[in-house]
Amino acid sequence: MTWRALLVGIAAALCLAAASDPAERLPDPGQEAQARSIFRDVRCLVCQNESIDDSQAELAADLRKIVREQVSAGRSDSEIKRFLIDRYGEFVLLTPRFSVGNLALWVAPFLVVVAGAGLLMARLRYRPIEADLTANEVEQLRRIVKDETH
Amino acid sequence: MVSGADRIWGRGSWTGGSLPRGLRASTVAAQGVLGTVFLAYTVFASNPLMRLAQPPVEGRSLNPLLQDPALAVHPPFLYAGYVGMSVVFSLAIGALVEGRVDAVWSKWVRPWTLAAWSFLTIGITLGAFWAYYELGWGGWWFWDPVENASFMPWLVATALLHSAIVTEKRGALAGWTLFLSVAAFTFSMLGAFLVRSGVLTSVHAFAVDPTRGVLLLMILGVTSGIGFALFAWRAPKLGQGGLFAPISRESALVLNNILLAAATVTVLLGTLYPLIRDAMTGEAISVGPPYFNLTFTPLMAALLILLPAGPLMAWKRGDLRGVVQRLWVAVLIAGAAGVLTIALVSPSKAFGAMGVALGFWLIAGALTEIFERTRAFRVPVTQTLRRLVGLPRGAWGMTLAHLGLGVFVLGAVFETTWKLEAAEALPIGGGLGIGAYEVRLDAVDPVKGANFDADRATLTVTRNGQPVCVARPEQRLFTAGGETTSEVGLCYQGASHIYLVLGERRDDGTEPRWMVRAYWNPWATLIFLGPVIMAVGGFVSLSDRRLRLGVGRRREQEA
Repeated sequence: MTWRALLVGIAAALCLAAASDPAERLPDPGQEAQARSIFRDVRCLVCQNESIDDSQAELAADLRKIVREQVSAGRSDSEIKRFLIDRYGEFVLLTPRFSVGNLALWVAPFLVVVAGAGLLMARLRYRPIEADLTANEVEQLRRIVKDETH
Repeated sequence: MVSGADRIWGRGSWTGGSLPRGLRASTVAAQGVLGTVFLAYTVFASNPLMRLAQPPVEGRSLNPLLQDPALAVHPPFLYAGYVGMSVVFSLAIGALVEGRVDAVWSKWVRPWTLAAWSFLTIGITLGAFWAYYELGWGGWWFWDPVENASFMPWLVATALLHSAIVTEKRGALAGWTLFLSVAAFTFSMLGAFLVRSGVLTSVHAFAVDPTRGVLLLMILGVTSGIGFALFAWRAPKLGQGGLFAPISRESALVLNNILLAAATVTVLLGTLYPLIRDAMTGEAISVGPPYFNLTFTPLMAALLILLPAGPLMAWKRGDLRGVVQRLWVAVLIAGAAGVLTIALVSPSKAFGAMGVALGFWLIAGALTEIFERTRAFRVPVTQTLRRLVGLPRGAWGMTLAHLGLGVFVLGAVFETTWKLEAAEALPIGGGLGIGAYEVRLDAVDPVKGANFDADRATLTVTRNGQPVCVARPEQRLFTAGGETTSEVGLCYQGASHIYLVLGERRDDGTEPRWMVRAYWNPWATLIFLGPVIMAVGGFVSLSDRRLRLGVGRRREQEA
C-alpha cells in the first residue's frame, strides 16, 4: 500500500505535458498538430489516468514515437487508432467506442432527459381529484361557517 | 495512517429550534446514527491516535505534492460540504418517517443545502486551482474519477437547491426533493468510497486503502439503502402539490433538474462504466475527457441557454413573450460578444465564439434580473438605488451565483480554446516565444528549502522588448521520499496567465540546457474567480433574514 502511494505520487509529479518536447516534434506543423490531437485521446497504459500527451513515462514516449511515425507516413487518425486498439485493446483510447457494449454509456444521459421530459408532461396534465366531503365534514364546515358569521 | 477526512466525517452538529417536535426527533435520531457510524468507522477502522509499535526514525514525510496551503484547506471544505449533505439526508429521513413534507421542512432543507453547496463549490475550486499550479501540466480539470467524485455531489446539491425552492414556495415536487436529499448524501459517500478504495485509477489518489474501502462501501450501502427504501415506501403517499402551466417558474426549475440529473448520470456512468464493463464482460475500456466533452457539455450548454429565462418567469403561469421582451438586451449583448469574438479573436473557432456568447448571455441575464427587480432605467435613479438596497439577500445570492457561472464559462472557454503552448530546451540566455511574449532564461540557481533541494530558474518575460515580469519556477527534489515536484512560475497579465514550468536539465550538447515549458492561458483567472463568486452568492443568500427562522417566531412569542 505504501509503495503504491509512493508510485502514485511520482506518477502525478511527472505529468508535465511531455508531448511538447522539441526533441520529439515533427517538422511539419500540420502533422504535429494531428499527432498532438491523437495523443490527447491515447491513454498512457502504465500511468494513473493520464494521456500520452501529458505523461513523461517511457511507455508514453514510445507510443508518441509510434504515433508520430505513422502520422508522418501519412496515415489517418482512424487508421492509427485502429492500429493502437489492435495492439493494446480498447483500453488504450480515452474515448469509448460507439459499440453495443458501450450503448448504455452513450445513450443513458439522453434517455434521462427524455424520461424527465415525459414525467414533466405527465405532471403538467395532472389534475387533483376533488374529493367529496363526508357528511361529518359537511356538518363540521357548516358549524365553522356559522361561528364565523356570528 | 492518519486520515483527517475520516475524523471529520464523524462530526455534524444540529440545532433545530422551530421544527415540529416529531420531525426534529426523527431527524436528530438519524443524524445521531450517522454520527455514531462514522465515529465508529474512525475509531475502529482508521484510528488516528493509534500508537505505532515501531516508530520510524525518519518517516517518508508527507507527499510533497500535498505540501501546499491550498491543498491543506481543500479537503476540509469538501468534507464540510459532505457533512452538510448528511444533515439534509437526516432531514429527509425525518420527513419520510413523519410522512409529511411541507414549507417548514423545505425551509430547513434549503439553508443546509446552500451551506453544503457553498463549501463544496469552494472545495472543488481550490482543488482545481491546486491541480493547475501544483501539478504543472497547465490544465485544471481532467474528468478524473477523484475529481468526478466531488463534482457529482455538487451537481445533485445544485439540483436540490432549485427543487427545494419549488417545494417551499409551491408545495410541489416534494417527492423529488426528498429523493435528491437522499441522493446528495449518497453521492458524497460514494465519492469518499471511490477516493479511498482505489477501485478506480486516478491521478489524485493519495490515501488508498482497500480494506477501509469495503467498510465505506458497506456504510454507503446500508445508509443509502435505508434512505431509498424508506423513500420508496413513503414517498407515494406524499401530495402532489400545486398545479402549474407548461410555461412557468415551476416548469423552468423542473427543466433545470432534468438537465442536472442527466449531467449527474453522465458523470456517474463515465466514472463507473469501466468497472461495470469489466465486471460484465471482462473487457477493459477507458472513459476519458473526450466522452465528457461529447455528453456533459451539450447538456450543460442547454441548461445555461435556458438559465436566464428561469428567474424572470412567474410562478404557476409565466408569460413567455414578456420574458423574451425583457431579455432582448441580453440576447443582443451575447450575440455581439459572439460575433466580435469571431471577427477579432479567431474566425475558425466557432465553438469558442459560441461559448463566449454563452458566458456573456449568463452575465447579462443575471444583470437583467436585478435591473427588472429594481425597475432600472424606468424609474428615477434614486428610486432604483433604494430598491437595490432593499432587495432581499436571497435575490442577491441568486444573481451572484448565476453571474459567477457566467464568469466561469468565459474563463473556461477562453482557456480551453485559445491556450498557447511552447517548449524548448534552453541554454542560459536562450529564449522562446509564446504569443506576443518572449521568455528568456537568465539563470538557474540551486536553492535549499526546508526539506527539499531545488533548481530555481529566473525567467524574464518581455513584450516588444519591454520587460513584463520575472518568474521563478522551480524543480524540487524532496530528499526524504526522493520525489521531484515542479513549482510553477505564474505571471499575471490582467485575467490571463503566462504559466512557466522548469523541466529537466539536459547535458547532451556543448553547454547545459534546461527544458522550459510556457503556456499562455487567456482569462484563466476567471475559471477560479467564477466559482468563488458563486460561493459568495451562496453565503450572501444564507445570511438572508428569511432563512433565520427563529427570528419571527421568537418575536411572536414575546408579543
